[in-house]
Amino acid sequence: MTDNQIITPVIVHLFTAILQLVFWRKTVTQRILSITGCLIGFALSLNLFTKVLQGGILTMNAANWQPPFGIVFVADLLSSTLVLLTSVSALAVCIFSATGIARSRMLYGYFPIFHFLVMGLNGAFLTGDIFNQYVWFEVIIIASFVLLTLGGRKAQLEGAVKYMALNILASTFFLTGIALLYGITGTLNMADLSQKVPLVKDQSMVNLISVFFLTGFGIKAAVFPLYFWLPSSYHTPPSAVAAIFGGLLTKVGLYALFRFFTLVIVPDNTIRIILMGMAVLTILTGAFGAIIKNNIRRLFSYLIVCHIGFIIGGLGTYSKVAFAGAIFYLIHDIMVKTNMFLIAGLIRQLRGTMDMDRLGGLYAGYPKISLLIAIVLFSLTGVPPLSGFWPKILLFSAAFDTSNYAFIGSLVLGSFITLYVVARMWSKVFWKSAPEDPPPANNFDLLSPLKKTSLVLPVCILASSSLFIGLNAEFIARVADTISNEMIDTTPYIKAVLGK
Amino acid sequence: MELLLIFLIGILYAAGIYLMLRRSMVRLLLGIMLLGNGCNLLIFLLGNITKGKPPVIAEHAKTFTDIYADPVPQALILTAIVISFGLTSFAIVLLKRVYLLVNTDDLDGLNTPEEEDL
Amino acid sequence: MKSTILQAASRYLLPILLLFSIFLLLRGHYYPGGGFVGGLVASIAFVLHSFAHGTDNTMKILRYKPLSLIPAGLGIAALSMFLPVLFGQPVMTGLWINQPLPVIGMVGTALFFDLGVYLVVVGVVLTILFTISLNTH
Repeated sequence: MTDNQIITPVIVHLFTAILQLVFWRKTVTQRILSITGCLIGFALSLNLFTKVLQGGILTMNAANWQPPFGIVFVADLLSSTLVLLTSVSALAVCIFSATGIARSRMLYGYFPIFHFLVMGLNGAFLTGDIFNQYVWFEVIIIASFVLLTLGGRKAQLEGAVKYMALNILASTFFLTGIALLYGITGTLNMADLSQKVPLVKDQSMVNLISVFFLTGFGIKAAVFPLYFWLPSSYHTPPSAVAAIFGGLLTKVGLYALFRFFTLVIVPDNTIRIILMGMAVLTILTGAFGAIIKNNIRRLFSYLIVCHIGFIIGGLGTYSKVAFAGAIFYLIHDIMVKTNMFLIAGLIRQLRGTMDMDRLGGLYAGYPKISLLIAIVLFSLTGVPPLSGFWPKILLFSAAFDTSNYAFIGSLVLGSFITLYVVARMWSKVFWKSAPEDPPPANNFDLLSPLKKTSLVLPVCILASSSLFIGLNAEFIARVADTISNEMIDTTPYIKAVLGK
Repeated sequence: MELLLIFLIGILYAAGIYLMLRRSMVRLLLGIMLLGNGCNLLIFLLGNITKGKPPVIAEHAKTFTDIYADPVPQALILTAIVISFGLTSFAIVLLKRVYLLVNTDDLDGLNTPEEEDL
Repeated sequence: MKSTILQAASRYLLPILLLFSIFLLLRGHYYPGGGFVGGLVASIAFVLHSFAHGTDNTMKILRYKPLSLIPAGLGIAALSMFLPVLFGQPVMTGLWINQPLPVIGMVGTALFFDLGVYLVVVGVVLTILFTISLNTH
């Protein structure tokens, strides 16, 4: 069934961005437009999510070309969940940006580029055509290049060079994989590929192609040994930009890995072992990297890497329970990681630095904000009633089912190190008394109440969605379970797209 | 023709990767461009080169009667060229800004120590 | 660079190349050509002019900043992309006026989409090249 509703979350951000380009250099109008656009985007994606949850997979054939010849947009439960989460993060980040981004950056088009980025993310989640997905990825990386370099400080440009080189390399790998895949099957539609790939005589070619896609998506998802660009670039841009990067950009790589290795190519044992090894090493290197960092954002960057390992491990285990755990973790992770970087930005507004040695005494000064942050940190570490706890249970039980002790060990170690790192940060930033010299630079108290709200409200929104995920774990687990069913049995997807 | 293209693609990929591994920013840029071109040629090659007519069905026919060239690889290559045009122009501007800032072509000069973080 | 021949030639080449770019734009739907190529030819016309007369003079004859072409082009393309939805068709479906117009030929949403692409390409290419060349001198 053709349904134009699928494309609306993409279109909204496109029109918002165009309107903002018309109001170039009018920063107040741009802020209002941005928040309005994100609110409409949130409403539309919530609508899409409920529709898919109740009615099953929706498809739309762009320009009325019949699949597999045209480009098809597909909203199954995985895509629509991720689109919903993207819209929540985007809403939070754009409210934060209204105050958290310097006016000089807004004059150079921060908001339009931000909306192009969100448009690209939504498009990448919703498309059912692998080349179209490449195009959306390029929209994302070009927008992210601009966001990363806006402002042009030296550290930013250095981070951007590394980020650019590796991301372009990843795109080339992705494109090479697409070329090979088209060469052996003659189609680009994912559902059609899913039917044609098993019929290819030379299955070693299929394995070669999986390695190309694994490398390409692996760089984007920041897995070991391809993650080095992430900790060397994510600490440089403004916190609002780092939040949308940390929350969503690596996750779109993960989404692509999940989509590709469940729908298009079902990996054989070799690829699964490679995935598992990558997962374990990603968890370990990310965790050990986080231990030694003293800057809050550098620490969070390594925690992103560490937790990506958990999700990749779910894919490598390749069972229904593991998929459900990984998807649940993905849902939780997008909310929490976006929030972490917003919190880092908030701390910088409060104290003028993000270096833990120069911070302290925040709990004494701002008990309410500290308690709010505590909720987020608790759900990050996975304290029981909060959101980080439930997916870990699923991942543990999946790992026990397959007696995968390496994964269990690294899960335990990764969780403990996360706990240790967060506890250390809590005591250094919130409990320890503030150092006398130099005196803290406080921008926050000078702001008007409206601006204060726009800094604290997004943290509240994301913290309450973390709470919602934790307290309604049964509902989220049911969603994750349905998604994992769709991953194991792809016939409904293929039937919805090809109609047979 | 195919054999020639295969060698050309191999050389472009090898040269691109080699240049990307150098420490100079200009070579990094050249490497990215060569890799992109190699990739476009690969799509062209794997789309099965056929000498034929354009893929337009005659006015009164319902199906193709002649051998025709596959239009999809051409569309893919065009898209990829447009994208790499955008990426390359961004990369040129970025690398030029970096060069003006650090006054060196050496990528190893791009490491601000951690103490200078905000 | 001062070259009398180039300066004299570019004065005549600019309108001819612009005309050619519009020709490419209009024939694009069924024959080789289209918005992207047309836009590139148009921007090359201005780049040639800037080689001969200097970037400042080219910006003077443009009057508007090339950056302002980008939202205009994107807007036209996005609207023509979204127009079929009002008629109950999927996004990007081509809608056509039945009678071909003289000179222009068949008119439909695809033509307006191409026009949008044309404007965006001119805007983007000129913005990038002017930025690079103004920074150099």
